[in-house]
Amino acid sequence: MNQIMNHQSPMTSRVTSRRVFLKASAAAGGGLLLNFKLAPLSAAAANTPETAYGAFIRVAPDGIVTIAAKNPEIGQGIKTSLPMIIAEELDVDWKNVRVETASVSEEKFGLQSAGGSTSIPRNWDNMRRVGAAGRQMLVEAAAKTLRVPASELTTASGVVTHAASGRSLTYGEIASKAAVVPVPDLKTVVLKDPKTFKIIGTATKDVDGPAIVTGKPLYGIDVSVPGMLYATYEKSPVFAGTVARANVDEVKAMPGVRHVIVVPGTLAPGATRLNSGLSGGVAIVADSWWQAVTARRKLRIEWNTPASVSQSSEGFAARAAELAKQKPEMSIRRDGDVDAAFKGAAKIVEASYSYPFLAHACMEPQNATAHFKDGKLEIWSPTQNPGAGRGIAAKALGVAEKDITMHMVRAGGGFGRRGANGNEMCAEAAWIAREAGAPVKLVWTREDDIRRDTYRPGGFHNFKAGLDAQGKLIALSDHFVSYGSNGNFANNAAMGGNIFPAEFVPNLDFGASLMPLGTPTGSLRAPGSNALAFVFQSFLDELAHASGRDPLEFHLDLLKERRAKAAGGGDDGRAAFNPERMTGVLKLVAEKAGWGKRTLPANTALGLAYYFSHSGYVAHVAEVMVNGPNPTPRNVKVNKIWVVADVGGHIVNPSGAENQVQGAVLDGIGQIMGQAITIARGATVESNFDAFPLLRINQAPPVEVHFLRTGNNPTGLGEPALPPTLPAIANAIFAVTGKRLRDLPLSKSPGASV
Amino acid sequence: MAYTLNINGVRHTVDVDGETPLLWVLRDTLDLKGAKYGCGGGMCGACTVHINGSPARSCVLPVAGVVTAAITTIEAIGDTPVGKKVQEAWLAVDVAQCGYCQPGQIMAATALLTSKPKPTDAEIEAHMNGNICRCATYNRIRTAIKMAAGEIA
Repeated sequence: MNQIMNHQSPMTSRVTSRRVFLKASAAAGGGLLLNFKLAPLSAAAANTPETAYGAFIRVAPDGIVTIAAKNPEIGQGIKTSLPMIIAEELDVDWKNVRVETASVSEEKFGLQSAGGSTSIPRNWDNMRRVGAAGRQMLVEAAAKTLRVPASELTTASGVVTHAASGRSLTYGEIASKAAVVPVPDLKTVVLKDPKTFKIIGTATKDVDGPAIVTGKPLYGIDVSVPGMLYATYEKSPVFAGTVARANVDEVKAMPGVRHVIVVPGTLAPGATRLNSGLSGGVAIVADSWWQAVTARRKLRIEWNTPASVSQSSEGFAARAAELAKQKPEMSIRRDGDVDAAFKGAAKIVEASYSYPFLAHACMEPQNATAHFKDGKLEIWSPTQNPGAGRGIAAKALGVAEKDITMHMVRAGGGFGRRGANGNEMCAEAAWIAREAGAPVKLVWTREDDIRRDTYRPGGFHNFKAGLDAQGKLIALSDHFVSYGSNGNFANNAAMGGNIFPAEFVPNLDFGASLMPLGTPTGSLRAPGSNALAFVFQSFLDELAHASGRDPLEFHLDLLKERRAKAAGGGDDGRAAFNPERMTGVLKLVAEKAGWGKRTLPANTALGLAYYFSHSGYVAHVAEVMVNGPNPTPRNVKVNKIWVVADVGGHIVNPSGAENQVQGAVLDGIGQIMGQAITIARGATVESNFDAFPLLRINQAPPVEVHFLRTGNNPTGLGEPALPPTLPAIANAIFAVTGKRLRDLPLSKSPGASV
Repeated sequence: MAYTLNINGVRHTVDVDGETPLLWVLRDTLDLKGAKYGCGGGMCGACTVHINGSPARSCVLPVAGVVTAAITTIEAIGDTPVGKKVQEAWLAVDVAQCGYCQPGQIMAATALLTSKPKPTDAEIEAHMNGNICRCATYNRIRTAIKMAAGEIA
C-alpha cells in the first residue's frame, strides 16, 4: 500500500557486507533506486533471491529523496530518526526527504519491531553505511559525467561539486547514471566525520506532524477497507475461560447485527500467555461498531471458568507475606557469605517493598482489521511487532505465514503492549473475518483493553542489609516473591542476578519464591527495570540515611566499589555496566538540580535516583513538596524533575529525544501516584480511566533534560528514563516527611509506614 | 432514523439510531477519522469536538441531541484563525509522540484560546485537565498553547 515502487531492472549489482545487502537499479520514472536487505541475525542471507530486496531509497530526477521507514512507529519517533541517519550520510537536505512506511517483510528489512529501545542501536551503523554507499555511487556517476577523478569531488545538500572547474551536478541530474555504478563495499564505504553532521543532532520535527494536527487517518483504528463490517469481541473475564453457552439468537436479532460468532478458542488448559493461542469468546459483527457494542449489552454468556478464578491481589499479598518468612524457593545469585557478614555488621536495616500489576492503557485501544479471501489473509494493525501478529494469526487459523500480508499502521502508543507477546487482536480479527466472510475491523472497548492486558507483573521484595562501622554497605539480601510455577517465572516477572548493587557489595544473596498466576503478564516500558529501580533505589536511599550520609556521597562511593570487571549492574544483560558513566550522570544531575546547594521552600526536598537499563545511564533529581504529615496523591506535588542521560555520543534527533525523556518521566509520575491493577476472583477489577488514572496536565511538572555526550555508540531512549522517576520521588517524599513509601501506588498507602 | 447534522459548515444527513454517539457517526458514517475513541465515557478528551464553539466529548453525545448545533471537528478547525495558530504552534513545538490524543488536545486548546486569548498557567491547567496524553507531552502542550497565545516566539 505505502511501499515504494520496487522496479526490477536487469542492470543490477549487488554487494554483501555484514548483515546489510545492497542492490541498485534504475527507478521507475527515472532516478536511482537503492534496495536493501537487512538480514535476520541467523539467516543464510547471502543466498537471497533478488525479489527479497525491499525498496529503501529513491533519488528522483527532481532531487526528491524518498526513504522507507522500516520500523513500526508507536510514538517513539523512529519513522523520523532512522531516515535522518540515512539522509545525513547521503548528504541531502532534510527538506527534500520524504518518508514512506515500508511494507512488512523481515526477509527484506530484517527485524521490524519497536521494543527494548533497540531501533537506534541496531540500525545506527547499518543506516549510516547505506546512506554513505548511495552518496559514493552518486559521486562516481558525477565523476564519469564530468570526466574528473571522484577524489576531486565534494558533496553538500544533494549537489556534487567539482571545485577546481566550478562545475556541479545535482543528485537528481545524475541519479539515473548512478543506478549503473557498481555498488561499493559497505564495509569500507567512507562515513562522514561526525563533526560535519548536519541532520543527525539537529532537532527535527515528526514527519507525520502535519497529518496528526489536522486529524488525517493515520492509525490502525482509522483503517477502512471496502465492504468492511465492524466487530466487538467479549472474552472470559478470567483468562482462558471458554464459552459454555450464550444467548446468540437474541443478540442476532439486534439492529444492524450480521453475525454472532461463538469462538471456541485455541488456548490449552492452564495457559497463561496471551500469545499461546486464541482466547475463546463471542464476537458480534455488525454494520457499525456502535451497533455491535449496543448489541453486546444484551449478550449473556455462561463461562467455563479455569481454576485461577480463585486468585486475587489480596490473596497474593497474604501468600507473599507467608513466603517472605520462609527460605527462598530458588537462588538467583550468591556472593560471599551474607549470614556471617550480617553477624559482624554494625547496623542492620530490613524493609519490605511491593508494587502492583500495571496496565499499558495505550491511548488507541487494541484493534485490527482483517480480510480473509481464497485462503489468504490481509491484516492491518497498529502493532509494535507485525511479525508476531502474523505468527499468532497463522497459528490460530492454520494459515501459512507466507499467505498472510501484514500492514504496519501508526500506533497510538505501544509501551510494550503491542509487542511480541501481545498481538492477539490480529488473530481475533482474522478468525472473525473468516467466519463473517467479509473484511472486519475489530475494535476493543477501553474496558476490553484494560481488562485483557498483558500486565506488568506485581512483586514483593524483602531486603536485609548490613552496614559496617563506617556506614559502608557490606551485605545485602533480597527475597523476591514473584509469580510463576515449577521454578519458572511468569512472563516478565523474573529478576536477574546483575541488579545494582550486585558486584558492588562483597556479600550478596538474591533468592526468589513463586506464586502461580493465571493472569497474563508482559513487558511494560522498561520491563523489569520499571519496578526493580523503585525497590532497589529506594532501599539504597534507606541505607544512605541509615549510614548518616548524604545520599549523593553514599552513591558516589558505592559506585567505586566494583568487585569484578565482568558484566553486571544491569538487568537486561545487553551491555556491561560502566560505573564511571553512571558516576558522570549522577554528578551532572546533582549539579543541574543544585543538590545540597539550594535553599528549598517549606515542606520541600530533593530526592535522587539512577538506573542502568537498555544500555542507557540515567539519573534523576526530583524536587517534591508534601503538604501534610502523611503523603497522598493530593498533597504530594512534584515541582520539577532534572534528568541527565548518557545514551552515547550522538542524539540523533534532539527534539524527539527530549520528548521521549519527558514523557517517560511523567509516565513514571502517573505510576507512582495512583496506578494499580487489582485481581479479584481471577479477573481484573479496573476497566477505565476513572479507576486506572493516567497522569493529567495538572500533575505534570517541568522536566529538564540534559544529555551527557560520551564517546559511545548511540543507544535507545524510549525506556531508560522511566525507571529512576519513581524512586527519585519516593526518596524526596522521605526527605520531606520521614515517611518511606514502600508499597505502590501512593493512592493505596495513605499513611505510608515509617 | 434520519438526522441532519451541520458539520464543519456542511449539512450531512445520516440514518442512524438517535442514541448513537456523535463520535461514531463522525468516524464510521461520515469517514471523519480525526476525533478519536479513547474511553467512551468522556474521561480522556480524545474525541473532543466543538458544539457551537464549546468543547464537547463526542463519545457521550447522542446524535439526536446535536441536530440544531454547529459542529466543528479537527478536520476544519484550521479554518478558524485561532485553530490555525494552534495547529502551527503544535507543529513548531513538535508536540506529538504517538499523536493519537492530539486532535482532541488541539480542539480543547483552540476553545481555550478563543475564549481567553492570554490564559494564565492555572487557566491552561484547569481547561486542559480533561484531555489525557498517555505519552505525557504535557510540557510541550503548555509551550504550544503559550506560543499560540503569542506569549513566546
